[in-house]
Amino acid sequence: MSTVVLLALTGLGLGALYFLVASGLSLIFGLMDVLNFAHGALLSIGAYGTWWAASGHLPAAGSGGFGFVLAVAFGTATGALAAVLLELALIRPLYARPREQVLATVGVGLAVPALLSAIWGADARPFPGPRALSGTFGLLGAQIPVNRLVLTGAAVVVLAALKLFLGGTRHGLVVRAGVEDRAMVTALGIDVRRAFTLVFAIGGAAAALAGALGGLYFGSVDPGQGTSLLIFAFVVVVMGGMGSITGAALASVAVGLVQQFANYYTTAGLGDLAVVVLLAALLLARPRGLTGRLA
Amino acid sequence: MNGSETPLLTVRELRVVIGGRHILHGVDLDVAAAGVTALLGRNGAGKTTTVRGILGLVPRTGSVLLDGEQTIRLATHTLVRRGIGYAPEDRGVFAGLTVAENLRLAERRGAGEPAYGLVHELFPELRQRARQPAGTLSGGQQQMVAIGRTLLNGNRLIIADEPTKGLAPKVVTEVAQVLERAAQAVPVLLVEQNLAMVRRLAEHCVVLADGRTSYRGPAAQLLADADAMRRLLGVGRHGAAPAGAVRTEEGGV
Ligand SMILES: Nc1ncnc2c1ncn2[C@@H]1O[C@H](COP(=O)(O)OP(=O)(O)OP(=O)(O)O)[C@@H](O)[C@H]1O
Ligand SMILES: [Mg+2]
Repeated sequence: MSTVVLLALTGLGLGALYFLVASGLSLIFGLMDVLNFAHGALLSIGAYGTWWAASGHLPAAGSGGFGFVLAVAFGTATGALAAVLLELALIRPLYARPREQVLATVGVGLAVPALLSAIWGADARPFPGPRALSGTFGLLGAQIPVNRLVLTGAAVVVLAALKLFLGGTRHGLVVRAGVEDRAMVTALGIDVRRAFTLVFAIGGAAAALAGALGGLYFGSVDPGQGTSLLIFAFVVVVMGGMGSITGAALASVAVGLVQQFANYYTTAGLGDLAVVVLLAALLLARPRGLTGRLA
Repeated sequence: MNGSETPLLTVRELRVVIGGRHILHGVDLDVAAAGVTALLGRNGAGKTTTVRGILGLVPRTGSVLLDGEQTIRLATHTLVRRGIGYAPEDRGVFAGLTVAENLRLAERRGAGEPAYGLVHELFPELRQRARQPAGTLSGGQQQMVAIGRTLLNGNRLIIADEPTKGLAPKVVTEVAQVLERAAQAVPVLLVEQNLAMVRRLAEHCVVLADGRTSYRGPAAQLLADADAMRRLLGVGRHGAAPAGAVRTEEGGV
């Protein structure tokens, strides 16, 4: 029983990471038809930004209490800023050339980890987090790391905020409409490119937050973290339906849980394979993903 | 054209090439400063592409003057903000958004108070169905949303692409009434295959054939000329209309 509880909550925590990455990927693809292979790089930027700030380089930020909150905010903001720059400098000029656009995002996805390695080395760096978040708590006989709860809580808050944004604001309305029919949005007199930048900013912030909280989950940061998480985030996006936030949330939980349980009860590594099998089964049963539209 | 009055919209030599294929080879048309100007032509003549070219929804060259100002280089959203309401051929309604959200999205800042009073007076159903997802509406109701959007802002021009296509006769009549009323305030460019609609609403008309303008003039004159109708629109041969010909007077207007 205690093993099941631990696996379930760890799976949820991992699912939360996937969701934070996948929500932005899904919105970006749904709205702009851009497969953003640089999304993992945004996660890494968030992770290193937070690590850098929490290691005492940013005044007032640190590894404990409010200082840590500030460090996470700094990492998240850095990721959002990087995403906006990426959209303005690379994605937008290549809008009429989708193939080059994909190559550009792949390039950034490779260049950022290389740059991070060049500056801080290729090895994992221990991630300084508050002591309160590195402990465990007892639940139904299991010792659960606190950070699993932090991750899940953060993902739920981001999910709720995204739903509020999409359902309750004019910008959100533009994004939802743009996911359905971008040309018609412009034909209503709306500059849909502003929604592109906004969606990149939101997606970048969420991915960077995943980087910051991923540091807690893994206990360290390394340049390749973003890339390996990105693969599963893509699986989540395809399963959840491009452009669907609710679909991404459901698929994240499914992928996180399946991966944890399969890795524990079968051979380690088989969980990753199980995720792919899950994806194939789902696509065969429901070709448009779990929800098939933005919900 | 009707003589001295300057047109609201002047299109000259409009050319559209999509994927290497020449679709418009130089369309000329004027939209009169008042009333309805009908854009006619057989299926595939290039009516929809002309409208999309005017709006910048497809790459185009040539000249499009709105009130004398060149707009050919403007992005679609900038041009539309100058006061154009567009109801596209596929209706362009956002299926996942509610009726109210579809209308709210169409509100343009700087275009005055949105005219919900007018829209709800003309289409009371839209008020009752405000919270319903537009994807669950009937074709007629979706067309009401599409036309309602064009009436919400104080537009200088309304462009409607086959607004009565595929609708039940009763709804066709309703749409005709609404457009007739709208045209008293705002000039309308109406793409239409239903000749009864054209007869009832249009003062001027433009006919396209194979991506070129083949006729421009008063609507009544064209409609009265059986020979021209046959030649330009394929109407009236062998009793029944051949494939691709413009529909004759049905549609319950
Ligand atoms: N995006 C596109 N790519 C390739 N060909 C196109 C495209 N859009 C239109 N065409 C072609 O251009 C021609 C004109 O099409 P258009 O839709 O403008 O005609 P239309 O007069 O509106 O016809 P209908 O009465 O059927 O609505 C057709 O032969 C069509 O197949
Ligand atoms: Mg057409």
